[in-house]
Amino acid sequence: MLRTLFAKPRLRGGVHAEERKSATENSPVITHFPLPKKLYIPLQQHVGKPAEPIIKVGDTVLKGQLLAYSQGMISAPVHAPSSGLIVDVNDYPAPHPSALPIRTIVLETDGKDEWLAVPSVEDPFLLPPEEISLRVGAAGIVGLGGATFPTAVKLNMGRENQVQTLIINGAECEPYLTCDDRLMQERAVAIIDGVRLMLHGMGTASAVVAIEDNKHHAHAAMYTAALSYPHIQVIQIPTRYPMGWDRQLIRYVTGKEIPVGARSSELGVTIHNVGTAYAVHKAIRFGQPLVNRIVTVSGGAVGQPMNVEVPLGTLISELFSFCQVNTDKTARIIMGGPMMGDALPHSTLPVVKGTSGVLALTQDELRDKQEQPCIRCASCVTVCPAGLRPLDMANNIRINQLDTAVDLGLKDCISCGCCSYICPSNIPLVQYFKYASGEVMARQQAQHKSEQTKKLMDARTARLDKIAQIQAEEERERLAAKAERERRLAAEAAAEAEENA
Amino acid sequence: MYVLYAIISLTSLGLLLGLLLGIAAQYLKVESSPIVDELEALLPNSQCGQCGFLGCRPAAEALAEGKAPPTLCPPGGSALVEQIAALLGVDVDLSTVAEPELLVARVSEDTCTGCTRCFKVCPTDAIVGAPKQIHVVVADACIACKKCVAVCPTECLQMHPAEVTLRNWRWAKPTPVFTVESDALC
Repeated sequence: MLRTLFAKPRLRGGVHAEERKSATENSPVITHFPLPKKLYIPLQQHVGKPAEPIIKVGDTVLKGQLLAYSQGMISAPVHAPSSGLIVDVNDYPAPHPSALPIRTIVLETDGKDEWLAVPSVEDPFLLPPEEISLRVGAAGIVGLGGATFPTAVKLNMGRENQVQTLIINGAECEPYLTCDDRLMQERAVAIIDGVRLMLHGMGTASAVVAIEDNKHHAHAAMYTAALSYPHIQVIQIPTRYPMGWDRQLIRYVTGKEIPVGARSSELGVTIHNVGTAYAVHKAIRFGQPLVNRIVTVSGGAVGQPMNVEVPLGTLISELFSFCQVNTDKTARIIMGGPMMGDALPHSTLPVVKGTSGVLALTQDELRDKQEQPCIRCASCVTVCPAGLRPLDMANNIRINQLDTAVDLGLKDCISCGCCSYICPSNIPLVQYFKYASGEVMARQQAQHKSEQTKKLMDARTARLDKIAQIQAEEERERLAAKAERERRLAAEAAAEAEENA
Repeated sequence: MYVLYAIISLTSLGLLLGLLLGIAAQYLKVESSPIVDELEALLPNSQCGQCGFLGCRPAAEALAEGKAPPTLCPPGGSALVEQIAALLGVDVDLSTVAEPELLVARVSEDTCTGCTRCFKVCPTDAIVGAPKQIHVVVADACIACKKCVAVCPTECLQMHPAEVTLRNWRWAKPTPVFTVESDALC
């Protein structure tokens, strides 16, 4: 009793944003999305190094065929989302707020959607755990909650650190998004199978599936599916953004706080998204790589909001026309959720592995209010889930005192946007932190460059000195040889003169 | 009497210590102030002369003597100002420091004659080429010192803004709608 009284609160900060999930949470996932004529598949859809293409322009590929292999420790391969012809490998705009070019494979679909012949899969629980992570890695699976960290790397880390608890993140705390909710409602058995496979791959004993308590149907479906597996527990957690942040969720579920700079697996916990568990099920049971995903299309400008399963590389504009988006009413296009998602400059950008939702918001849904001076209400301090002081950090960043901002914990900011959301003065707090994080990174790179520059200059000076030294030596030798020759000539001349005389 | 003892002992102590210090100053003399070396290490060392001094070493000396403000180096930007201010222990107002625009040299292939003059002056060996072959600048190694621009006889070497890619793209700083008084920070 006393213990519970004195225990640290399990939830820190957070906001309860208006959910706006009702438009999509009650209708089933649409699976008959018409196959697009062209698919644009970026080579980097994950954290880490971009994949390296192994196909050429003019190759015909089948659905699920490897297009680009992963290179380096942290990377993921890319597969063909449908069958067809490779028409281009070039730079195309990336699904990123800047829409700058990214290397992309363009696939012209043939309409057959023909799968590559996949080998029959035996009982996966007889496979060694290493084989599970190898296959997950080969299937190109990355964290589908939006972080897009390669799942195989996480499974390996879990195995090496002998993780005891696997947490499956079904929080889906962002407003509007319901793709995980629908997935859990409709494919609970497959997700639970994916969880069991992950447990086997990591050698972990138990799993906890955490679902926010605003998703009763999803919880009921998952609870029923997990009934026969006592080591998989399905729990409800409070609805409070950012509940889906891994550290917040781990803290709530296990009571453990992950120290700054440490990884969750070092504390015996690993966290994966429900979508990732489903992708693992598909990859291990059916040998199908990650080639499509469920995307929530919602927002005030969408005529028919829905969850739709689309091949990766589908252009958002095609998705919008399928969902009858009113482009005139669209004030902002957002990839991901409204809190942490990125505003996209236009819609001719592809859906990638990390695209959980695409929102077309109207002007009414945006909050573009006039910024006012800070009134020091400390609301931002109260809601910050990372325990920072956003107002102080922002003040320092405003006058370019980035080092002070870093001392105040800028690097622990997760850009969740709670501070900007709650600020009564409409100060763009999280925008300041995003700017400052980028600037700190740029400074580190500049520092690195100046070190490299010094090395280059030293090397050049050393080389020039050496050349000068060699030239001086040659000059000396030349002079010595000349003197020697003159001396010999003189001696010969003298000898001749003597003979003559 | 005690007063006299005190005066004599303190005077002799003062003289003795003064003598010791004098000897130490003579024999343990430092050729240059170590702070100058530290400052020079911070500065870009491209000897560009934009600060008005002959190079980075004279600039560092002026900084150490307090003859130049920490904001003297335009290519360093506010990151450098912050480092210099921390080293010298002075307060600076960083909101007035302009961030340098990132530039790189680029060879125009239409007008390059392969004269080799540019790569001989490049301090970081960022230009590669051979006689009568078109030269090219390795953008990652270019430090925008503009020495090559000065020697190019055909003006084919020009400075261009560094290309923005997904790798170096950054969020812009939000523009404040109102001004913050200087005492808002406490």
